[in-house]
Amino acid sequence: MTGRAAHFHINGEEYNIYIRNADTLLYVIRGKTGFTGAKPGCLNGDCGACTVIVNGWPVKSCLMLAVEAEGEEIITAEGLHGSEIQKAFVKYFAFQCGYCTPGYIMNCQTLITQYPEADRNKIKEWLDSNICRCTSYEEIEQALYSVLRQHR
Amino acid sequence: MLSKFAHAEIDSISTDRAMKIPGVRGVLTGEGLPLTGEEMKDRPPVAWGKVRYHGEVTAVVIADDPVTAAKAANLVEINYKPLPVVQTPSEAVKENAPLVHENTGIYEKDEGVNPIPGTNIASHTKIRKGSIQRGREESEVTIEESFFIPPSDHAAMETRSAAAEVKPDGKVIITTSSQAPFMVKKLMNSYFGIELGKVVVHTPLVGGGYGGKASVQQEILAYLASMKAGGRPVKIVYPREADLITAPCHMGMEATIKLWATRDGKLKAAEIQYLVEAGAYSDKAIHLTRAAAIDCTGPYFIENVWCDSYCVYTNHPYPAPYRGFSHSEVHFCFERAMDILAGKLNMDPLELRFRNAIRPGQTTPTQYKVNRSTVGDLPECIRRLKKLIRWEEGAVVRINERQLKVKGISCLWKNSTIPPDSTSGAIITFNEDGTANLISGVVEIGTGTKTVLAQIVAETLKMDINNIFVRMEIDTQTTPEHWKTVASRGTLMGGRAAMAAAEDAARQLKAIASCVLRARIEDLDIADSRVFIREEPDKGLHFKDIAYGYTFPNGNSIGGQIIGRGNYILRNLTHIDKETGKGKPGPEWAVGAQGVEIQFDCRDYTYKLIRAISVLDAGKVLNWKAARGQVTGAMSMGLAFAGREAFIFDKEGRIMNPQLRTYRPLHFSEKTEYIVDFVETPHVDAPFGARGLGEQGLISLPAALGNAISAAIELQVTSLPLTPETIWRMKEAER
Repeated sequence: MTGRAAHFHINGEEYNIYIRNADTLLYVIRGKTGFTGAKPGCLNGDCGACTVIVNGWPVKSCLMLAVEAEGEEIITAEGLHGSEIQKAFVKYFAFQCGYCTPGYIMNCQTLITQYPEADRNKIKEWLDSNICRCTSYEEIEQALYSVLRQHR
Repeated sequence: MLSKFAHAEIDSISTDRAMKIPGVRGVLTGEGLPLTGEEMKDRPPVAWGKVRYHGEVTAVVIADDPVTAAKAANLVEINYKPLPVVQTPSEAVKENAPLVHENTGIYEKDEGVNPIPGTNIASHTKIRKGSIQRGREESEVTIEESFFIPPSDHAAMETRSAAAEVKPDGKVIITTSSQAPFMVKKLMNSYFGIELGKVVVHTPLVGGGYGGKASVQQEILAYLASMKAGGRPVKIVYPREADLITAPCHMGMEATIKLWATRDGKLKAAEIQYLVEAGAYSDKAIHLTRAAAIDCTGPYFIENVWCDSYCVYTNHPYPAPYRGFSHSEVHFCFERAMDILAGKLNMDPLELRFRNAIRPGQTTPTQYKVNRSTVGDLPECIRRLKKLIRWEEGAVVRINERQLKVKGISCLWKNSTIPPDSTSGAIITFNEDGTANLISGVVEIGTGTKTVLAQIVAETLKMDINNIFVRMEIDTQTTPEHWKTVASRGTLMGGRAAMAAAEDAARQLKAIASCVLRARIEDLDIADSRVFIREEPDKGLHFKDIAYGYTFPNGNSIGGQIIGRGNYILRNLTHIDKETGKGKPGPEWAVGAQGVEIQFDCRDYTYKLIRAISVLDAGKVLNWKAARGQVTGAMSMGLAFAGREAFIFDKEGRIMNPQLRTYRPLHFSEKTEYIVDFVETPHVDAPFGARGLGEQGLISLPAALGNAISAAIELQVTSLPLTPETIWRMKEAER
């Protein structure tokens, strides 16, 4: 199989990883760095469980080739440890099984940073790119609003 | 490799070309494998001879990495000869229907499985209570209706995965995303004769189950693949498509319900036929069929009940349990029938339910006489629902020329018909600093049961919950067994076991303290991580001084590490009688009443959920936020199931929507307002009186939605899912 060494910035750390050109970012992060926060749920962009932050924007890492992310600033759920949004998810019971949670946290965090003034429609539009099968979404909404309120 | 056909003979399989790819360690086919299945062994782990559903596993390629495996899989050559497909249970039970299994009569099976040889019926459960004839004679009004629910899926966000390794000493190590690691252990013994002590199953936190991960399928493949590769570790991860169609799904059902009642709305007789869709293999469907029969009438007292519940093979994926264990399907059919009856009686449907709601002293279809503890308080649930949904406003209110505001209501009950010898165990070990570790066999699938178990231990030992460390992972070698994490039974069974373990630990702590404090054990009490003399609370010992034994000033020591143990087995349950269904099938019936309010568009048949309401008899709420979360989560799932979720099959039985963009769960912007209220009638056997909660929120919402839409369109909805298209078809058919 053809491949090559590539350089990645993930959660503030540097990684030299041997990759295939066809490897997705999700495959490389999970398989080669030990960061397992990004979750495979569908591998075609439907569920958002694999969302990571690339240069400040949420990206479904199953839809991005690793080569596209070379040299970019990548943050996974592990990189948001101790963040306000993570704490809010715990406080508001915004997860049950927790599988979709890292994806939501990445998405919410980016929304908070990029659009602290986001209105209801913007929030709906953003959060519709993920799927949670356990909760009724009520708790995720509460967690997000609790942090947004602090940023306004 | 997955079957492209729903029903076909396999003429030949050639793996030669695949085996030549460098990095391929073996190709597993169905040749020579034993049959598997939980109550009846009718399923080859890998198809052999023929395929019976689209997506069935036909070969497993074992390779060094997924890319190589996929490449080699393309080179496995399979020649099929297509056979006629059976797509619905009612087609399957017709005379001369194509047979999904030719050997129905000779498969190895458990007691209580009743297949009908030469047909597609894998099992039959009967309920015979009273006399239908007598009930009819005492009645003035009757209705009859048939219902149809297609198969669908759990769609947990984590797809299933399993890994297996066979060690040189024969030990089989399996890691699996399962609700039933202890069942994996038992079945590996039953299917392959591996000694129980040599099977070790690990289960970490599970990414959503809803029943779907209570079936054992992939673990078998991982084990066989590892054997094929000389015992090397092999991991199988289902992509979403396979998780939807290859792995066990959510059952379909067809039903016919006849009800007889007096003019004042007293139910006199019910004659019911349920056809549970087993799909290609009977696995858990036999049990689902039995559960449907046991609670066949919904939560109503009816003197005369006949129910025939059949487990029917088709060429569709086979079902796992699904949140509610056939109760949401039973309730959709029965609670729709109740609304139809109310219409014919010209009676308020809520009033009809109130009059017939089962009360202490009355009997279930299995002729078990219930009391307050075993059946809770349904009339109170109905009263509260009536207020919360503002029933006095009327079921249908016209907003404008185009829009209606419509309400639908429905009741529910659920017993959990798990095997009468199911057991649960717990161990509490102490640390030197007086903190404790809790080890229970309940799998954490997202229900938060382990938090509740820690609460129960904290309450029993009167300790700060932060001083209790909960082991999350299961390992069947060192974790005490909890039968399966299913059936809303974690808090009852795991809770009783944890409580017993805590009491056992308390006895041991007191025994050591009694020597040191020179006091009788009966005079000691426990609180705040201390054992103390009841009369003089300042005289006592902190747990840290006795949790690892006590050392006197001169060095003499007594006791040792405190290890509390507890277990629980359900009391006095019986198998049900083969001819009448008589028996006590489960510990208690949890009851509730639910409702939905929708805004319905009469022009394009779209509708918007305004709110959904659940009033459940929870026995005792142990953790309010977690309880509400379980109920609203289940409600959301129930509304999605009712409103949109179904596999779409083409004429050849192939599933056309095996992805989350075509099989579409609810998304954030589609959520509605949830109202949850709890009645608390204690279940005396349960820790602090708590009843099951994980499934109940789902069970009756499909029926409530069906009732609302029927009221809106003035036609009887008899099938799911309730998409605008199906409603449009109904209205068009009427014209």
